[in-house]
Amino acid sequence: MKVEAEYKYTQNDEWVRVEGNLAVIGISDFAQDQLSDIVFLEYLVSKDDEVAKGDEFGTIESVKAASDIYCPVSGVVVELNEELLDAPETVNSDPYGEAWMIKVEMSDPDELDDLLDAAAYSKKIEESES
Amino acid sequence: MGKKTIYDKSVPGRRGIRFPKPEVPETPLPDALLRADLPLPEVSENEVIRHFTKLSQLNHGVDIGFYPLGSCTMKYNPKVNEAAARLHGFSQIHPLQPEETVQGALHLMYQLQEHLAEIGGFAGVTLQPAAGAHGELTGILMVKKYHEVNGEPHRNKILVPDSAHGTNPATSAMSGFIVKEIPSDERGNVDLEALKAECDETLAGFMLTNPNTLGLFDENVCDIAAIVHQAGGLMYGDGANMNALLGIAKPGEFGVDIMHYNLHKTFSTPHGGGGPGSGPVGVVEKLVDFLPGPVVVMEQDDSGFDFPYYYFATPKHSIGRMKSFHGQFGVMVRAYTYILMHGPDGLREVGELAVLNANYLMHKLKGVYRLPYDRVCMHEFVLEGRWPEVEDIHALDISKRLMDFGFHPPTNYFPLIVREALMIEPTETETKETLDAFADAMLQIAEEAKTNPDLLHSAPHNTPIGRLDEVHAAKNLILCCGLPDSYSD
Amino acid sequence: MFHPHTQSDRDEMLGLVGAKSIEELFEAVPAEFRFPELNLPPQLTEMEVMDLLQDLSAGNETHRDLPMFLGAGAYHHFIPAAVDAIISRGEFLTAYTPYQPEISQGTLQAVFEFQSHVINLTGMDVSNASHYDGATAAAEAVNMARTVSRNKRKKAVISPGLHPHYRETINTYNQGDDFTIVGEDLAPDSTPEDLIALIDEDTAVVLVAYPDFFGRVYDLTELAEKTHQAGALLAVSVNPLALALFKSPGDFDADIVCGEGQPLGIPLSYGGPYLGLLATKDKYVRSIAGRLVGETIDVNGEPGYVLTLSTREQHIKRGRASSNICSNQGLMALAATVYISLLGKDGLREVANLNYQNAHYAARKISGIDGFELWTDGLFFNEFAVRCPLPVAELNERLLDAGIIGGYELGQNYPGMEDTMLVAVTEMNRKEDIDYLVEVLKEVAHG
Repeated sequence: MKVEAEYKYTQNDEWVRVEGNLAVIGISDFAQDQLSDIVFLEYLVSKDDEVAKGDEFGTIESVKAASDIYCPVSGVVVELNEELLDAPETVNSDPYGEAWMIKVEMSDPDELDDLLDAAAYSKKIEESES
Repeated sequence: MGKKTIYDKSVPGRRGIRFPKPEVPETPLPDALLRADLPLPEVSENEVIRHFTKLSQLNHGVDIGFYPLGSCTMKYNPKVNEAAARLHGFSQIHPLQPEETVQGALHLMYQLQEHLAEIGGFAGVTLQPAAGAHGELTGILMVKKYHEVNGEPHRNKILVPDSAHGTNPATSAMSGFIVKEIPSDERGNVDLEALKAECDETLAGFMLTNPNTLGLFDENVCDIAAIVHQAGGLMYGDGANMNALLGIAKPGEFGVDIMHYNLHKTFSTPHGGGGPGSGPVGVVEKLVDFLPGPVVVMEQDDSGFDFPYYYFATPKHSIGRMKSFHGQFGVMVRAYTYILMHGPDGLREVGELAVLNANYLMHKLKGVYRLPYDRVCMHEFVLEGRWPEVEDIHALDISKRLMDFGFHPPTNYFPLIVREALMIEPTETETKETLDAFADAMLQIAEEAKTNPDLLHSAPHNTPIGRLDEVHAAKNLILCCGLPDSYSD
Repeated sequence: MFHPHTQSDRDEMLGLVGAKSIEELFEAVPAEFRFPELNLPPQLTEMEVMDLLQDLSAGNETHRDLPMFLGAGAYHHFIPAAVDAIISRGEFLTAYTPYQPEISQGTLQAVFEFQSHVINLTGMDVSNASHYDGATAAAEAVNMARTVSRNKRKKAVISPGLHPHYRETINTYNQGDDFTIVGEDLAPDSTPEDLIALIDEDTAVVLVAYPDFFGRVYDLTELAEKTHQAGALLAVSVNPLALALFKSPGDFDADIVCGEGQPLGIPLSYGGPYLGLLATKDKYVRSIAGRLVGETIDVNGEPGYVLTLSTREQHIKRGRASSNICSNQGLMALAATVYISLLGKDGLREVANLNYQNAHYAARKISGIDGFELWTDGLFFNEFAVRCPLPVAELNERLLDAGIIGGYELGQNYPGMEDTMLVAVTEMNRKEDIDYLVEVLKEVAHG
């Protein structure tokens, strides 16, 4: 299972890529593999919405599972990846790249310190698989 | 392009049935609210019958072959049940007729209430719930109201074992409760220490399926009930697996306060491709006043009449109505017929033979398939559908391959606590020869999994259609027939 | 009989299991509770059971014995023989939920066609595989609207013209919750427009009946507009037979349709099993409860059907599912599918028109009797309310003496309407029955 070295992760398998004060958010390779073939993605937030860390911002479904996606950081939603809604299978094929979901202008970048780094996240995956 | 649907067989001008001309002087229809078109098919009766007869031939059913679907109790559905439900005095009466014109129906409902109470060890029964899940909702709403009436509305937590049916947590959440899962121990029983830790002043109730979904009778059931009752909670029994206990034990006696019955499982009413079911709920004395209304009450007067009089009444603290009218009456007639056909000894024999059949099959399979909880089982058991040496074979592959032998597969992937679960419930109406043939097929498939796994991956081969693409269905949603080109209003 | 085990079968099976007796298999059950006595009637043979049930059946007066003018949510209609011929087939009757599609294509395609019939009748885009009955489908419609608003909106506006049992069921489902229900206590003769004043930003759903409990058929255009302006959903509870004649809820831009499908080929059977209908627009497909059948292809590209979008359901979402339903009224949905297929568009219109004609004839004749006055004004379908010169309870006793089952006493649910009778007239109430009713009513009122 691929884990991007530069990214931060949550216990719930979301990732964050930091671009200046922007947090780009998606779900991990491990998460997409667990879900299997993804057939549906829905955002529960819109552009300019304020979100708090831990808020649900979307739901994602395969034929065998449905899962909520949570915001790893607080801030304002500045962009949503609308293309992904029509091609949710991209989450399976390119979870860390094309399949980014939302970009959040962070209000408290210190929250990033609470997230897992790649090594800690890799360990978490290993443990859950054993 | 899909299959030929009834819409594709439509030809303008064809008729399946005619009705008489109006006998009364005509009243013109208003112009304003009339609909412009009614896009429905136009087919002759022969075409309709052939269409649906051909569809029926694509189905597996209990009337066709073995159906060992765990937790579903796919036993034989006696034909006498069908004859009984079709008697005109039952099928052609209106639910709101004056009570004095339906005393036969009310007598039947009253007797069924009494018989179910006797079988489950309860003080009162409602027949209103339409299905097992609806019975659960009824029971959990009673839990809620009971605590409210007793001045304890803060009790907002329902506990369920990790082996529970999905409906248990769904029902609790739907009723506004917080749901907590309790793990199972290594013998498949509820973990008592984990249970104790969650039993506090917010406990509303505990939902127990016993025998549980592993097919095991929880050996600590009395301790569980004591712990829950001590903490002020109520014990809810999920009666999905009651087939194992008919004449064997009464849940009301071993500490269950509320339980739903599944007439379509335990009491042999047909599943009908998904329903109708019926989920009566039995309760102990302290909860009788909370039953949904109305229930049937009997009045035996002293006036010298031979027959008692039956009528509807609503209990004092009733949670209210759960559906329109009185429940799935036609299903009740079938279940009542079943109980009369068995009597007390026959019902005990149901429980005994269901358990004998399950244990027999389990013993035939357990060396070859891994049995995660190796104990005497009740009416069903759960195997693992995987072998470490053949990585790529899943429970689903075994299930699909079983179809090639003419068997319906077991329940897959449930309970969640067993990996690649195959949950097998043979029921008491199957012969030893059938069980032997099924076991042979299972053993052959286990062999094939190792020698020729592709045979499993590509299964089924002998069915009307091959393995279907669920991802395609979910991504390209088509939920309705297209209209034929010939359609015009 | 149903248990095939011979003594030698039992011995052989116990031998393999390694138990001396069947009793030994039950040692996990605490001894003090094991093998209780069952105080039930003794076992009977099929011959004896049928004899007993014939007697019980004969203890009921059917609509064959007495002409019946009772509706109120359950209607006596003609059921063509073909319907029972199909639903009695063991392949449909004794099948389980079609979770294994390769050996369930019959059930799956029949449900797919059921969905299509419901969609075409109601003017919606999506129908589920059916719900328990009209009352629970209405409760599920409210539940669905709450889910669509993500439980943020806390109010339902419900018409007093919705069946009283449906309103009671909705209240049962939502009790002890911070969700409020308004509108039910409006006057019975209020119109859909009277509900508009109650709609606000906290309203999740507006629920009306079409035709309503009193038989009335209303234009819902304005109600739909106002409901949508407030961001709420419009749910309409229907009698599907009326939709063969009148505009569909879809024509009014309704969002959810629920209803009772019993009039579509399902016997009265003392109130059940019936058929709940639940349909909606495409955009709410992920919020609808219950099963959905979708078209797909198999490994060879052959078309077929499967249950789809199951992730909405309890067996996957467990505690996060919005509904706990895990069955449908499969066999009743099949009955309705065969009924609609057989009648087709002309047959269904013909029956609906017979209902309309007979009901309007009866209404004219009854309201022509001195002391009787039509309470229902405006357009109605096959049911109407009529004010009577004496309490309905009393009137119905007199009708029963004359061999007629009269209409529904509205005072049971609407205080002050003890003298108002809800009369249902279908294609089964022939002219001579109606004329006889009118004759008896005349005698009772003035005799």
